[in-house]
Amino acid sequence: MVSLTIDGKKIDVEHGTTVLQAAEKLGIWIPTLCHHRSLTPYGACRVCLVELQWPRGSSIEASCVYPAADGMSVRTDTDRVVRTRKIMLELLLARCPEVRAIRDLAGHFGITRSRFPQQDSDCFLCGMCVRVCNERMGVGAINFLHRGVEKKVSPPYDAHSPICIACGACQVVCPAHSRSVEFDRLTSHTPRPIPSEFDEGLSQRAAVYIPFAQAVPHKPVIDAEHCIRLQTGACGACQAFCDAGAIDFDQQDTFREIEVGSIVVATGFEVFDGRQIARYGYGRLKNVMSALDFERISHASGPTNGEILTSEGQPPESVAIIHCVGSRDEHYHEYCSRVCCMYSLKFAHLVKEKTGAEVYNCYIDMRTPGKGYEEFYKRLLHEGVQFIRGKVAEVTDVAETEEEEGKLVVVCEDTLLGLTRRLPVDMVILSAALQPGADSDHVARLFSLSCSQGDFFLEKHPKLAPVEAATEGIYLAGACQGPKDIPDSVAQGAAAAACALSLADRGKYVLEPITSEIVPERCSRCKTCITSCPYSAIVFDEQHDISLIIEELCKGCGTCVVTCPSGAARQKGFEDVQIYAELDGILT
Amino acid sequence: MADTQFEPKLVGFLCRWCSYTGADLAGTSRKEYPPNLTPLRVMCSGRVDPTFVLHALAQGADGVLIAGCHPGDCHYKEGNYKAMRRYRMLLELLDTFGIERDRVRLEWISASEGDLFAETVADLTDKVRQLGPLNWSANWEENGERSEALQAIVLEHERAMEVVR
Repeated sequence: MVSLTIDGKKIDVEHGTTVLQAAEKLGIWIPTLCHHRSLTPYGACRVCLVELQWPRGSSIEASCVYPAADGMSVRTDTDRVVRTRKIMLELLLARCPEVRAIRDLAGHFGITRSRFPQQDSDCFLCGMCVRVCNERMGVGAINFLHRGVEKKVSPPYDAHSPICIACGACQVVCPAHSRSVEFDRLTSHTPRPIPSEFDEGLSQRAAVYIPFAQAVPHKPVIDAEHCIRLQTGACGACQAFCDAGAIDFDQQDTFREIEVGSIVVATGFEVFDGRQIARYGYGRLKNVMSALDFERISHASGPTNGEILTSEGQPPESVAIIHCVGSRDEHYHEYCSRVCCMYSLKFAHLVKEKTGAEVYNCYIDMRTPGKGYEEFYKRLLHEGVQFIRGKVAEVTDVAETEEEEGKLVVVCEDTLLGLTRRLPVDMVILSAALQPGADSDHVARLFSLSCSQGDFFLEKHPKLAPVEAATEGIYLAGACQGPKDIPDSVAQGAAAAACALSLADRGKYVLEPITSEIVPERCSRCKTCITSCPYSAIVFDEQHDISLIIEELCKGCGTCVVTCPSGAARQKGFEDVQIYAELDGILT
Repeated sequence: MADTQFEPKLVGFLCRWCSYTGADLAGTSRKEYPPNLTPLRVMCSGRVDPTFVLHALAQGADGVLIAGCHPGDCHYKEGNYKAMRRYRMLLELLDTFGIERDRVRLEWISASEGDLFAETVADLTDKVRQLGPLNWSANWEENGERSEALQAIVLEHERAMEVVR
C-alpha cells in the first residue's frame, strides 16, 4: 500500500495504482480524453495533467500514467495546472476544431477559440481505437501509420484489413467519432449490428444490455451469442467497468427443480406475422409497419424518442391503420383478437396529436366493448379521424396518379359509400392478430392442458371456471387462454393467484371420488397393473402379498381396471357393472 | 324395408377430457349430426375394455366409436396409447367373429374439434348404414329376453372355465 495526498485529502491505494485512479477513488475530477478504464494508460491527450509537489519545487505530470508513490503530494487545481491544461486544449482544438468532446472540454475551461493555426482533422491520435483493437479484441487490425505530422490511424498499407472482424469496438471508444475508424475505411467485411429485440429491430443494442427500461430484475444480461469474450475469449471490457465485480464469464446455465402445489400458466401470446399476407407489403414495402413497430416508434423511450417519423425521417402527412390483419379471416384466424380496435384507436389518436396527419382507419366492424371504450371511439370521430368500413385489398407503391407518386397506396372497399378507394398515405400500420405462442403445443403437453379453438388453452368451464384448467391445481391467466386486453389479463391473473392461494390455504386436498381399488380376494399377484399405471400409484404389498393402490396418487384413469386379468381392480363410479348397465340402458 | 331407411344404433365411448368436451362443443356450437350415436362417458379411452365393445355389439349395437385425446395429449399421459393397442387386438377378434372392422372405430378427437366429432359421427353412421344391421343379438334372443340370455351365456362360460366369483 502507498499513501498519498491529493488536493490535501489523504488516501491509501495499492501499489501500481496511477494518480488518476487514486483521484477517482477520492471523487476528484480530472479531465481526460484518451483514458478508458479497460485499456492500458497511454498519456496521449495530456489534459489530465496535475502538479506533483516535491520538497524542492514541483512538476507537471500526466496523471493517467504516473504511478502513485508513498508520501506523494498532488494538486489538481492550481493555476499552473489549469494554465497548462488550457494550452493543451487549445492545441487539441486547433487540430480538431469540430470534435464535440474537445469543444465541450475546452468550453469548460472557458476556451472558445484556439490561437494556433487551425487544421480540420477529426482525429487527435488518442490511440483508444488502436489499443482496444490490440488489447481487448486481440485482433490488431489498425495501428498508427507514419510519424510526426503525417501520423494517422489506419490498417496496414492504408488498405482494407483482411483480419478486421468488423466488431465496431474502435468506433465505440473513439471520443471524436472520427471518420478514420469507419467500416468503409477499415474492412471489406460487412458489419452485423445486433438488432434490439425490444425495439422490434428498429434500433441496435450492445452484447451486454438491459433488456428494456422496465425489465424485472432491472439488470444487464450478456448475449452469449454475440459477446466477443464468450465467443473468442478476448475483450472482457465490461469486467473492467463493473465496480461490484458482478460479471462472471464462467457462469453456466443452471436448471432448478422447484416443488410446488399449484401452477399459474401465463405464457401469453405472439403477434401474427404480417409477412404472411404478402399483399399488405409488410417486410417488403418501406413504411408498412406492424402495430408493435409503431408502438416502439411512438414511445418516448423508443428509437425515435417518441417522434412519429417515416423511414425517411419525416413526419407523415397521412397514415392508414388496417384492422383485422390475420383476425376474423378464414385464411388465418377466424376469431376476433379483441384488442386491436382499441389500440388502433389509440394509435390514431397519437398520430393526430403528435403530427396532425390525416388518419384513416380501415375496419370491418368497430368493436369497442369496455369501460370508457365507446366514449373514446366517439371522441376520435370528433377529432376528425376517418373511418372506412371495408377490408383492405392491398397496399402498393405503384402510383396511378400524380398524387400517389412516392406514396403508399391503400386499396380498399368503402362499403358505406359503395366505392373502391385508393388512399395515398405515408405510413401504414397493420393491427395484427394475437395468436398462441409457437411453443404452446409443448406447454400444453407439459401441463396436460387442452386447447380450444384457435389453439388457446382451454379453461375448465367457460362461465363457471374460467381461470381453472381441467387439471386440478393448474390455473390460466392472460392471453394464453384467449385474446384479452390488459384489464382483463390483470383480473384473470389476480383470480388465478387467489385460486392458487385458496388451494394452499385449505391445507388439505380433496380427492376425486373416482379412484381405483383392488379387491384383495381376487388379486392373483400378477403385478400387471403395476406396469400399466402411468402415475406409479400401484405398489406391491409384500407383507399382505397383494397389489395396493395408493389413493392419493391415483388420478382415476381406469387403465389398471382394463389391464387386470382377474377382475380384481375396480374403478369407483366406473365399475364394469355400471358401464354394462349404461350400455343395457342405451341399447334396450 | 325399401322405403324406410335403416337407422343404425351406435354407442360412443368418449374420454372425459378431450372427446366428450369435443362432443359438448359440437352441441354448444349447434353442429348438426345424426342422432344415431349415444355417448357414454369414461374417464379415459384407456378405460375402454374391449369387452365393453363386444358387450355393446352383443346387446344390439350396430357400431361402436371409441374416441380419445390425440396421441401425446392424453390427460393421463398414455391411456390413449393403451386404447390404441387394445383396439388393434379387438379388430383381430372381430374378424374371428365375422364382424366387419368398419363397425368399430377409434378416433382421436380433441376438445376443440367439435367439427371433427360431428363429421366422425356422420361418417360412422353412414358407413354402418351401408353395412346394414348387425343383429348379433338375434343369435341368443330366441332363448328369451336379450340381456338375460346373454347373462346366461356368460354364466355357462364361467362354469365351464371354473371361474370363482
